[in-house]
Amino acid sequence: MVMVDDAVRYTNCTKGGPVYVYVKDGKIVRVEPLELSQEDAESWVIEAKGRSFAPPRKALVASWTLSTRAKVYAPNRILYPLKRVDFNPNGARNPENRGKSAYERISWEEALDILCSEIERIIKNYGSPAILTTPSSHHSWGNVGYRFSAYHRFMAMLGATYADHNPDSWEGWFWGAMHHWGFSWRLGIPEQYDLLEDALKHCELLVFWSCDPHATLGTYAGNESVPWRFWLKELGVRMIFIDPFFNWTAMNFCDKWLAPKVGTDTALALAIAYTWIKEDTYDKDYIEKRTLGFEKWRDYILGKDDGVPKTPEWAEKICDVPAREIRALAREWARKKTMLAIGRGGMGGACRAAYGHEWARMMVLLAAMQGLGKPGRNIWGTTAGVPYNAQFYFPGYAEGGISGDATNTAAATLLSRGMTKIPVRWTVNEPQGQHVLRLLLPEAILNPPVKWRGKGFAGAYPEAQFREYKYPEDGFPTAKMFWRYGTAYISTMTETNRWVRMYRSPKLEFVVSQAIWFEGEAKFADLILPACTNFERWDIGEWASSGGYTPHLSDSTNHRIIVLQMKCIEPLGESKSDYQIFVDVAKRLGFYEKYTENGMTELDWVKRMFEVTDLSKYMTWEEFKRKGYFVVPLPKPYKPTPALRWFAEARKRDTPDTGFTGGRIMGLPDGHGLGTPSGLLEFEATTLKRFDPSDPERPPIPKYIPSWEGPESPIAEKYPLQLVSPHPRYSFFTQYDGKESWINDIPDHRRKGKDGYYYWILRIHPEDARKRGIVDGDLVKVYNDRGAVICIAEVTERIRPGVVHSYEASAVYDPIGEPGESPDRGGCINLLTPSRLMSKNASGMAPNSCMVEVSKWG
Amino acid sequence: MTRWAMVIDIDKCIACYSCFIACKDEFWDNDYPPYSLGIKRLDQTLIRLIKRERGKFPHVKVAYMPVFCMQCADPPCAKVAKNNAVYSRVDGVVIIDPQKAAGQRDIIEGCPYHVVSWNDEKRIPQKCTFCIHRIESGKVPRCVQACPSGAMIFGDLEDEQSEVSKLVKSGLAEPYHPEYNTKPSVYYLNLHRMTKYFIAGNVVFKDTDECAEGVEVTLMNEKTGENKTVITDSFGGFEFDGLDTDVVYRLRITYTGYAPKELSLKIERNDIYLGNIFIEKIQ
Repeated sequence: MVMVDDAVRYTNCTKGGPVYVYVKDGKIVRVEPLELSQEDAESWVIEAKGRSFAPPRKALVASWTLSTRAKVYAPNRILYPLKRVDFNPNGARNPENRGKSAYERISWEEALDILCSEIERIIKNYGSPAILTTPSSHHSWGNVGYRFSAYHRFMAMLGATYADHNPDSWEGWFWGAMHHWGFSWRLGIPEQYDLLEDALKHCELLVFWSCDPHATLGTYAGNESVPWRFWLKELGVRMIFIDPFFNWTAMNFCDKWLAPKVGTDTALALAIAYTWIKEDTYDKDYIEKRTLGFEKWRDYILGKDDGVPKTPEWAEKICDVPAREIRALAREWARKKTMLAIGRGGMGGACRAAYGHEWARMMVLLAAMQGLGKPGRNIWGTTAGVPYNAQFYFPGYAEGGISGDATNTAAATLLSRGMTKIPVRWTVNEPQGQHVLRLLLPEAILNPPVKWRGKGFAGAYPEAQFREYKYPEDGFPTAKMFWRYGTAYISTMTETNRWVRMYRSPKLEFVVSQAIWFEGEAKFADLILPACTNFERWDIGEWASSGGYTPHLSDSTNHRIIVLQMKCIEPLGESKSDYQIFVDVAKRLGFYEKYTENGMTELDWVKRMFEVTDLSKYMTWEEFKRKGYFVVPLPKPYKPTPALRWFAEARKRDTPDTGFTGGRIMGLPDGHGLGTPSGLLEFEATTLKRFDPSDPERPPIPKYIPSWEGPESPIAEKYPLQLVSPHPRYSFFTQYDGKESWINDIPDHRRKGKDGYYYWILRIHPEDARKRGIVDGDLVKVYNDRGAVICIAEVTERIRPGVVHSYEASAVYDPIGEPGESPDRGGCINLLTPSRLMSKNASGMAPNSCMVEVSKWG
Repeated sequence: MTRWAMVIDIDKCIACYSCFIACKDEFWDNDYPPYSLGIKRLDQTLIRLIKRERGKFPHVKVAYMPVFCMQCADPPCAKVAKNNAVYSRVDGVVIIDPQKAAGQRDIIEGCPYHVVSWNDEKRIPQKCTFCIHRIESGKVPRCVQACPSGAMIFGDLEDEQSEVSKLVKSGLAEPYHPEYNTKPSVYYLNLHRMTKYFIAGNVVFKDTDECAEGVEVTLMNEKTGENKTVITDSFGGFEFDGLDTDVVYRLRITYTGYAPKELSLKIERNDIYLGNIFIEKIQ
């Protein structure tokens, strides 16, 4: 830390980037983006088309990162332990009042008494797996405090049952694309190495398909990639957008907007492939040498097996894009070096829908038909692939932090480097233990048993997702206690009145919520433990680095920046860091020494991580502590290894990717081939063919299958509008919304009603609005049989007629009557989305297959 | 002498609201005497984004433009202020003295750009100060620091080498609402995206029902006689932006072997998307 003017300047890192935090009299007064100094490592320079491109020497953080102060000092911060007034652990528990009853302040002593006696009672009566737990998808930044770390180590020792996470932002790629190109270790998403340089040098056309990088920001990279798209535009690269919404990236870059009917993108894709086959404009040499099974797909496209040629005219009837425009798109795509822009950080709403895996599969196959991996021809979301030093070891959050568990996190490297002397195993969470899929949690609690395929982020190999699981597992207890960590699910899971019903069931004898803000699910707990933010504790983290299931994700930021996340202020009220809460509980339950490795503080763990990683090769702990960050230098000279170029050229892989290739499994030399059974890009997926060749919902070659909830469904008579609900633009999951934050004053995020309440926005086409007597700024009820949400209408030409658009992930659940049974005015749009899984054997969520009606409210 | 100024490129504004949020962070609950007092947590901002949506599905254009105090050389707000509560510094920055301006709601009405806001908790009018407290210690305004696309350029108009003075001199950077005659120090590039109109359409070969790529489309302003020609893209699409209202334009579509087509179009404060225009082959 240093003094700047009259304030002390600390460093910290957020989900949207690294920051300087200015503190005066124990209070945060400003949060500014980190700016690099001259002493920091040099930036890269890319030479392309006679120009030099270099990034700004400052962190282009997410806009919402700059609202951190509002979030830390939110009026709904939970400052003390709270107990529901009508919850008596030794008497009447009144679970039916969850979500309605008030709370009373209690002391930490009382809170820990209740919590630990409940844990002991449940373990004694049922066994530790009767304690169910799950964190939210995201968490405060930092490798020590992250959910894969302190939380994971604690729950492993407690022996709780873990509700596994589905890959909620890229479902279709996991359940579909993986079977054609492998990348199981990346959960179906491709490597992106050095594609920025490749695009600047070679790309002539970008086709953004269900992709809005200005909203989804390459997951954690804030606005780091914004300059890149302006450079591409300056170089004359054309950009076409396929999306039902004229999205935020289209706003600046769109040369042509195509808006197929929601759920029909696969028909459009087939007609593009049809045009290429008919006009002989695809890469036959690549198909012959680098792929397998093209003939099967070609025959389906030409109608040889079902009598239906997938012509542009056929597609026009389904997707409502004129046949001539489909042909024009196909021709321009084939003629130019084209990159299919589908982004990390939300791989498109089209993949989070009924049969979303069919769309993702087709994206891979279209790219393959044009020589995927050749110069200027790739799948690149325009948010990653800067010159990158992958040799420098510093872990991402999924690499386990202090968890010490190499089975359920990617902690093997950290463990081998000595991160903890006391490794642990979360045996209940291992294959022989008990599991439950997060998406099915309400059914698991209310109506067990439940069955599904695939355990969470099953990335060991493509077949891992086929394994069937059930809950409860033979001989294991059902959940009696729920330890919820975070509060986001009413607005981020599907058909979420189910969650409200689950919470209000007596089957859950005890619910504890560990949370920072009193919002969302927190109001359904019996006991609330107040956690503090990452500005009130020590931590360490690299910007935008997840590690584990997305190796080298920080190639989405212009510089690799590792930040000492300093404790800037004392925890507000009586809130505590998550680690400290676990320490206090572990002390009572008798595993303090093991949990803390004999008394390690958070700062001790931070220092340990500094010591066991490559950071300590470049600077001393004292230097790091004083400066607060480190910029990883690039090797000189830098030799780019563009993603999949090695594959296109049938060479040994030269990228720093981490997954398996070649070897005995594929009968190929080591390091050769994709992670498919053949090592080739497979048009007909061997893994699907072996598993269930007659699955009509996910056949070995991808097909157009009409959605199980769409305009052609019987339900459309009652609910004629299609609802799309992508990841939000001005917040990150629920993390920056609500909380009386300034974000609410952004009129494209929430808008104030006449009653002064900040409503969530529903975007509707003027034609649909007029039919319903709705004008811009009206309050509207969006509803179907699953629930109702009160929103404020934005009438706009940016949305296709027949479709309404509203972001998911409101932080506020605010039912106007009985929770779970009355309209929500907080904006939890996922009350309305179907809980049906993507397809028979694919346990993914499908929120973008949702029919609703909209009417004027009040 | 120094005269601080800003040039904002509307083409580069991505509507991320980073400027808006950074400004909130700088000013919420933070006093910078003698220039400004803290603003409210909610319901008050010193920056506003004006949105303009044009066209009809499926040909839509959207643009955003940040507006805040224009730091006018001839500030109308100063004229309605009593007690010299509003003053211009020698560097051109206009300051509302928070003490002297207490209770003076008229100052808000004095601004034709509607960028002075009323703090009903402190009962004072407040506006952007160009972050003068930061400029004085050699920093750029918070909004400029936060802008990820480089859309906001800050500098000294008196310095001939500065980017702002070059852009203003080039004539490309224009003031918003010059008719207010207040001599603003904030200028905009590509202002036409907020103030002018477009004519667009798609040309189709009637005989083949294919998108007509490579077709010459010429637009003539009947008032001035000015001509502009574009070639249709792979979708047969063309667009002319930056057009004036209350003008009749003559659109001419020509392609070898096809009958030329002419349309007369009048812009009356509206953008015109013509949809598909079919051209016929000469027999």
